[in-house]
Amino acid sequence: MTASLYGAVLLAALAAGAAYADEDADLVVNGEIEMTVRAPAPDHVEGLSEIMSGWLFRSDETQAVQMDDFDNPGMIFVDAGRETFNAEIGADGESCASCHEGPETLADVRPTYPKWDPERETVQTVEMQVNECVTERMNLPEWKYTGDDMVNMTALLASAARGKPVDVAIDGPAQSTWEQGKEMYYTRYGQLELSCANCHEDNYGNNIRADHLSQGQINGFPTYRLKNAKLNAVQSRFKGCIRDTRAETFSPGSAEFVALELYVASRGNGLSVEGPSVRN
Amino acid sequence: MKFIVCSLGLLGVAAAGTAFAQPVLPSEVAFDEYGAVSASLTGKAGDAASGEVVVVERGQGNCLACHRITALDEFPFHGEVGPPLDGAGSRWSEAELRGLVADAKMTFEGTIMPSFYKNSGYVRPGDGYTGDAAKGELEPILGAQDVENVVAFLMTLKDE
Ligand code: HEC
Ligand code: HEC
Repeated sequence: MTASLYGAVLLAALAAGAAYADEDADLVVNGEIEMTVRAPAPDHVEGLSEIMSGWLFRSDETQAVQMDDFDNPGMIFVDAGRETFNAEIGADGESCASCHEGPETLADVRPTYPKWDPERETVQTVEMQVNECVTERMNLPEWKYTGDDMVNMTALLASAARGKPVDVAIDGPAQSTWEQGKEMYYTRYGQLELSCANCHEDNYGNNIRADHLSQGQINGFPTYRLKNAKLNAVQSRFKGCIRDTRAETFSPGSAEFVALELYVASRGNGLSVEGPSVRN
Repeated sequence: MKFIVCSLGLLGVAAAGTAFAQPVLPSEVAFDEYGAVSASLTGKAGDAASGEVVVVERGQGNCLACHRITALDEFPFHGEVGPPLDGAGSRWSEAELRGLVADAKMTFEGTIMPSFYKNSGYVRPGDGYTGDAAKGELEPILGAQDVENVVAFLMTLKDE
């Protein structure tokens, strides 16, 4: 390595160290959508007094990318989702729009899912609900849980709800699923024996090697990550975090991850829906 | 099966008695009541320079993920999850450090610090970082000599 290259690497390292996180910043998107990025922790979250959006833990530059839809690469996928929403793709030429006027009419979906479905007698994620329409109302083969069509559609549904507070129900028939998710959150998985809470409850705000730990909130999903330059589904993130503990992970769409998603979503009750958000 | 386990156990005992001892098995590390381990896991001295590599490398000990070590400032990105290790070699004896690296939970109950010389008792252990289930018998995260080398490196971290 030449001396100047070495210098550049050092500088980059210093910059990365210095640039992270204005944890006191406020998030207003497009100069108009005011986001709640910190809120008092809900009573059912014992380990935190304040809940904080992952946006607060990102560098100034990354924070800025999410503040304007022209800069936010995630919005391209929202547009793709909108096209699919209006396309007559069903076996009999149905589109999502033939049953739901526009995505705006579905603005209560993202804030309240995962949610108990009384007919199916199970907790459903947005993805499961979308697949219910795709397979039963449009007679199409189901979409891959974290495939492009699905992630784009979840981005559209999140964007329609931006600024609304997350408000998932944890009681009634959803309670046992919520309890299952809570138990998972505190389980120390893998050969590193690390739980979600070890990193995201006990150590948010701390660096773990080069990563600045957030609370692992999911109000910003799907997230556009600069690192892999694509839109990432929430359960793909869960999968990666558990894999990183040197564990046998779970699959997106599994009953375990549905339970974990309900629990983690409930830890963010009160934060704004931010998807598609931008992360590093 | 029983017979094999039995004879392996015997072998271990027999080998421990000879000069070219096998490394102490993860399940047989002798922690005292404070979590210290007095004897070398390999019967050999550690090598501090090799230990430094284990401490730095992400695929090995990756101790820098959680700890700051001023002596290793040339490597960027030291974590903040655990306490800085500057002066660890003055604060702790060699036996205490061996116990901490082998299984810190014996010293600090419930600590977030991973156990580096252990190969059982995990929830859903994986096959390295693939996300798949572990195949066959688990290897500890670090080998016995790696542990000794890390201990030798930590012993060089003296107070000014
Ligand atoms: C070894 C530490 C570690 C463990 C254990 C861990 N994570 Fe993470 N997680 C990270 C890091 C590092 C990031 C990226 C920086 C950040 O947002 O915290 C991250 C990011 C996330 C994000 C994205 C947050 C955002 O705003 O984009 C979510 C959600 C998440 N984790 C959930 C979980 C859940 C659920 C678990 C347990 C099943 C878990 N994590 C376990 C280290 C960990
Ligand atoms: C995931 C985080 C993590 C990793 C990785 C980790 N540690 Fe630790 N370590 C801790 C924490 C936290 C403590 C403090 C003990 C406690 O109170 O839980 C600690 C304590 C220690 C101590 C005693 C601290 C003191 O007073 O000086 C030593 C020595 C130590 N670690 C060495 C290591 C070495 C060597 C490695 C790698 C082989 C390592 N650690 C990897 C989290 C970690």
